[in-house]
Amino acid sequence: MIEIDRVTKTYGGRRVVDDLSLTIPDGALCVLLGPSGCGKSTTLRMINRLIPFDAGEIRVQGEDIRNVPPEELRRRIGYAIQSTGLFPHWRVEDNIATVPRLLGWSHQRVRDRVTELLELFRLDPETYRHKYPHQLSGGEQQRVGVARALAADPDVLLMDEPFAAVDPLVRDALQGEIARIHRATGKTIVFVTHDIDEALRLATVIAIMERGRLAQSGEPLDLVERPASDFVRDFVGNEAAGLKSLALRKVSERAQPADSAAGEPISAAASLRDAFAAMTARHTDRLPVIDESGRPAGVITLADLVR
Amino acid sequence: MAALDPRFRGGDERRERRVNPTPILKSPLLWTAVLFAALLFGMPLLAPLFRWAFPQVQPPVFSRGSFVELFLSHAGMVLVASLAATVIGIALAVFATRPAGRDFRALIDTLATVGQTFPPAAVLALAVPALGFGPRPTIVALFLYGLLPILGNAIAGLEAVPAAVLDAAEGVGLSAWQRLRDIELPLAAPVILAGVRVSVTIAIGTAAIGSTVGALTLGTPIFDGLAGNKLPFVIQGAVLTALFAIVTDLGFASLQRRLQPPGAPSPA
Repeated sequence: MIEIDRVTKTYGGRRVVDDLSLTIPDGALCVLLGPSGCGKSTTLRMINRLIPFDAGEIRVQGEDIRNVPPEELRRRIGYAIQSTGLFPHWRVEDNIATVPRLLGWSHQRVRDRVTELLELFRLDPETYRHKYPHQLSGGEQQRVGVARALAADPDVLLMDEPFAAVDPLVRDALQGEIARIHRATGKTIVFVTHDIDEALRLATVIAIMERGRLAQSGEPLDLVERPASDFVRDFVGNEAAGLKSLALRKVSERAQPADSAAGEPISAAASLRDAFAAMTARHTDRLPVIDESGRPAGVITLADLVR
Repeated sequence: MAALDPRFRGGDERRERRVNPTPILKSPLLWTAVLFAALLFGMPLLAPLFRWAFPQVQPPVFSRGSFVELFLSHAGMVLVASLAATVIGIALAVFATRPAGRDFRALIDTLATVGQTFPPAAVLALAVPALGFGPRPTIVALFLYGLLPILGNAIAGLEAVPAAVLDAAEGVGLSAWQRLRDIELPLAAPVILAGVRVSVTIAIGTAAIGSTVGALTLGTPIFDGLAGNKLPFVIQGAVLTALFAIVTDLGFASLQRRLQPPGAPSPA
């Protein structure tokens, strides 16, 4: 658990983070979202003491971070950034092994951990272990950057716009991997982005920031369907918020128990947006629904989507 | 704690070391070094050649001291001055690129630029009244003159380390000392080494001028020859000084290829 408690940071008289309080529960994937200059990156970098704050308190797993020496704190918290920051003169293996070696792990344990992480990111260990960062594609570099952050198995992972610099296809794949790794490891992740779609896709909790203050925090659907202010409403996309909300809800929430309809069925676990897309593509206003085991589970109609 | 830089650890990295594609026998370094050594030891054997070309000069080969002796004295002064310039130049550059030293950055830049405008002969002339004749004013002049390219390159090299790399290094928990030793200096090393190469090569040429204030160098035959109108002495000193500088420069070039971080794209 990360508790940010009435924290303020001032740069030259300007409050970039202003009396911010936010609690991130264990196992959450909390996205700090907002326009540039809203203080989201500053907030992230205060959690591992890269930036000192002027007032308030931050606790990680109950411990006031100012009582932990900065280097020790940072080795317990994973850190991944936009341009990866991979050490260009170290091989992939050495980059990933940075923190385990700082912590004095044995040679064999480090080696096994590197293998495990490369496999987790679907990079063949024997091919990639000895490569240098400049020999990797952008997406591979970013995977290695996140693998380095995870190397010493930290409870908390900080990610500062990690996928902002890669092309959309690669970003989509990387987001999928982060979601998968979050589910598999249950780590607490704090993720900074200005991309609302990325936030809605990944977050279990979103905190929207506006000029150093918390504009609203809550589950993604909450923010989309019940924005607390015009700022939040604008940020989640006004009318387009309707589409975003469809993406967050499942077919099973709206399906009607009815005789099955004609045509290719859609899974109950698919999103309402997928159902909408399927209806549009097939020029129909109703789709049969099937559950995970493939049994008929009713029908979903166009009217159900806008209910 | 053991150094983190993988190049400091033994083991499997050797098999990945890029092999110099030039076979040793084709290397210009080897052949110029052999030629230099041969002339250094064998110059007196060329006496008949010089006697034939310059019949009026007696003796035909410089003989106030052996060329090996001159070379050792010359190289010793360059070594002492360049080592001091390297250590102090890098130390100043590290200081100027730390948060605490940022304010001194402009001052160091100015000093380096002003220093470069002094001709080495002027530095020698100014050092003699303070230090007397002999090798000492020469070493001081070589040091002051050699400091500047090293300092300039070291600052440039340290500042060229990408900000994201430093941010990541700090964020994953490397201490300030570990960041300097394992990340910044290795990444800046090729640029620093290029500065040392320029500095040492200039120092070899400049040291020859030290003969005018009583230092024993390969420049001694040159100035003796000029003073006594003995052209063969001038040729002997000049050829050896030039070869010394060329061999050293080629040696640094080979060292630079070796030290090029394996992760970096090929040297520019």
